Order: sequence, then structure tokens, then C-alpha cells
Amino acid sequence: MKNKILPFSVIIIFGIIFFIFYKGLEDSKIYTPDVNTKKEIPVFNTKEFFSGENLKSSSIFELDKVYLLNIWSSWCVPCRQEHPLLMNLNSENKVNIIGMNYKDNLKNAENFLIELGNPYKKILIDLDGTLAIEWGAYGVPESFLIYNNEIIKKYVGPLNQELVDEINLLIK
Amino acid sequence: MKLLRFFLIVILLFSLNSLNAEENDKRNEITKNLRCLICQGQSVYDSDSEFANSLKIVVDKKLQEGLSEDQIYEYFKTKYGEWILYDPSLNKNTYILWLLPILIFLIGGAIIYKSFIVKK
Repeated sequence: MKNKILPFSVIIIFGIIFFIFYKGLEDSKIYTPDVNTKKEIPVFNTKEFFSGENLKSSSIFELDKVYLLNIWSSWCVPCRQEHPLLMNLNSENKVNIIGMNYKDNLKNAENFLIELGNPYKKILIDLDGTLAIEWGAYGVPESFLIYNNEIIKKYVGPLNQELVDEINLLIK
Repeated sequence: MKLLRFFLIVILLFSLNSLNAEENDKRNEITKNLRCLICQGQSVYDSDSEFANSLKIVVDKKLQEGLSEDQIYEYFKTKYGEWILYDPSLNKNTYILWLLPILIFLIGGAIIYKSFIVKK
């Protein structure tokens, strides 16, 4: 009897370890952020890009309107690519696009807008990146679809035509 | 002998250096426990990415506001989810992680007890 316990428990332990590692193989090792959970938008204070006036979060987002908060920067290459899509989206007038200028030189940012156009209703300034952290953002570019002070959907990375179609579908 | 003295001084300098760095910064301690989400296998403390640098500023701000370490972890958990913490809490997704070492320890102990102590 005694002789049997040892090999038996060894087999069980290896079985458990094998099972766990085997299960672990199926999991994706690439971190995928949770983009679908609805979250309240954060409360914050910041400055407006052009006027330099203080802005409160409550004065930016009104209930019953759809907003797209887009985090961008003049030094960010993918932002340049997605910019025409934002211009299109703005011309359709279905969604209010709010910009958040991330860790940027304001002069460069202004040139960026002069060169490519300004699709934003308002632009917030985030000089040290802490405002983006409040929003739970990872970097630039990133977009948040907001309705009734709730983040409905988060888009990490540049928008493309497919995602814009999805946004159009969501805000119908 | 000269060489030995030289090495002793170097070692002393290095140890003093780390002593100094460790004593003043609670921020480092916290950022070491936060995962840099956009990096591969780095903590916020180790990383120099835009994301990590902003996070360090936020930790500083929260410390100045008087938040405790746990409150700061809680804050980041609500923003980014459990994954940002290196030290996961016990819940239904992580119970195997927490219980398995204890289980293995107990089974191992039982085997040792059976095979060595009872035999005597």
C-alpha cells in the first residue's frame, strides 16, 4: 500500500501541472485591453487648446449626445493616417468629436491642424499624459465613444474605415 | 592587498548608492508593482515609455493627495483592470494560482512524512 501512494501522488501532481500548462497554452499571451465595458467618464479639469480657458469635464459632455473623444498628437504617425477619417466623420455631423492633445508641443499641434484640418469641436490639452491615464488610455491614437456620460466603446490604435463604419452603426 | 581595498571601496559605494535610492521613494515601490501595459514584460518602474512616464507622474500626484498604497492600486485597477497589478487578488479566476502552491506543499509534506518518518 505504502509503495503505491508515492507514484500515485506523483502522477496526480504531474497531471495537475500538465493540465494547467496545457490550459495556459490556449490563452493568448498578448494583452488585449477590455474595450467593451461601459464606464463612467472621469471628472477632470484642463485647458482648452485655442483659448487657453479652463475647462471642466461636466461642461464638455452633455447628456443625450454622442461624442467621440480622440487622443492625438502631432508627433504620432498613425494619427496622421486616421485624421482624414475624422474629418469625414465630422462633416457628416452625427457625432461631436472632441480632441485631446497628448504630450505635444502646442505650436507643432497647431501646424498639424493647419496642414490636415481641424475636425474637433473642442480640444483639451494633456501636457504630461496624466489626463489620458484618468481616461484609462494606453497612448496615441486612441478614441472613446461616449453617450450619456458613459464610455460605450474604446478604440485603441488608429481608426480605419471598418471601425468608422462600426461607429456609424453604433450611433444610429 | 591594494586590489582588495579597491574592490571593497567599489562594493561599499555601490551598496550605499542603492541604500540611498531605496529609502526615499515610495513611488518606486508602487511603480514596481504596476505592469507597463504597452511594454513586453516590464514594470512601470523599469519602462521609459510615454505611458509609463505619465503613470509615474500620476502616482506622484496621488501620493501628494495623501492616498495610501492600496488606494492607488485600487485606482489603477478601476482604470485598467486587474492586469495592471503584478500581485493579483484572490478571486474565481486566480484561486488556482493561490491554492496550488499550498496544495503541492501539503502533498509533498505528506509524501515526505510517509516515506521517511513513518518508516522509522
